[in-house]
Amino acid sequence: MESPLHQFVVKELIPLHVAGYNISFTNSALFMFLVVVGVTLLFFLGMRKSTLVPGRLQSIVELCFEFVDNMIDENIGEKGKPFFPFVLSLFLFILFGNLLGMLPYSFTFTSQIILTFSLAAMVFLLVTLVGIIRHGVKFLTYFMPEGAPLFFMPLLIPIELISYLSRPVSLSIRLFANMMAGHTMMKVFALFTIALGVGGISTIAVNVLLIGFEFLVAFLQAYVFSVLTCLYLKDAIHLH
Amino acid sequence: MDVEAARMIGAGLAVIALCGVGIGIGNIFSTLVSAVARNPEARKEVFSIGILGFALTEAVALFALLIAFLILFK
Repeated sequence: MESPLHQFVVKELIPLHVAGYNISFTNSALFMFLVVVGVTLLFFLGMRKSTLVPGRLQSIVELCFEFVDNMIDENIGEKGKPFFPFVLSLFLFILFGNLLGMLPYSFTFTSQIILTFSLAAMVFLLVTLVGIIRHGVKFLTYFMPEGAPLFFMPLLIPIELISYLSRPVSLSIRLFANMMAGHTMMKVFALFTIALGVGGISTIAVNVLLIGFEFLVAFLQAYVFSVLTCLYLKDAIHLH
Repeated sequence: MDVEAARMIGAGLAVIALCGVGIGIGNIFSTLVSAVARNPEARKEVFSIGILGFALTEAVALFALLIAFLILFK
């Protein structure tokens, strides 16, 4: 029987080696490509003939749009508007990647730590740059909690610094671990059902429940990733 | 001890973390219920925060589960 971790193997579809680097077109790249094309097509087709009373596709587009717009309004406020395109594309990329990974025989690219870490590093760099550009040297006061007594500073500043630097790590590991553990769990329970033979019919209900749960997790993790991005941006913009 | 047996025991030990997560998630939802019961109008706002807390806590459970799976299936 195949190992439940077999589904995460990155396969080279079109081998491509340039100057000692392996830049092959993999199944991971294929699914990322599908998501980007799919989301772009959805937005293009949905908004091609925009009407006051939205049709089906336009409703989907407006739903995504308003969801992220509300998220930014609630978490950052008026100053967060310039970051709307960034958060929207981040949210849709992760959400559609997670959902596409739920199809049988597809590949979940969000279960690759290198991808989630790249996304988290992007967020981290953006947040740091925004903080430095908006506040200059004053950004360093971010690491000094307001109102704390001065003699606590040697203790508090390293703690704040470590918690700031661990953000990309926790952000990337959260998404990666959720997707990977979830998909492995589904496979393990499915193998269990097969191993039971005819008696496996009784456990199919559990499999169905798990798939429902995985859909919830797929949405929730995309939401959590973008909400945390918003919260980090708020910290950088407002400084506490 | 056999390496295979040690791996099984290790995977079992790794998921002990779920005990803390269970307490945490129970805590989140019990607080959510009492908050909504006290002030039903705040349901919409409190609910989204509760779900966020649930997702963050549940991630810890999945870290442990992930380690267990990685130990079990090499």
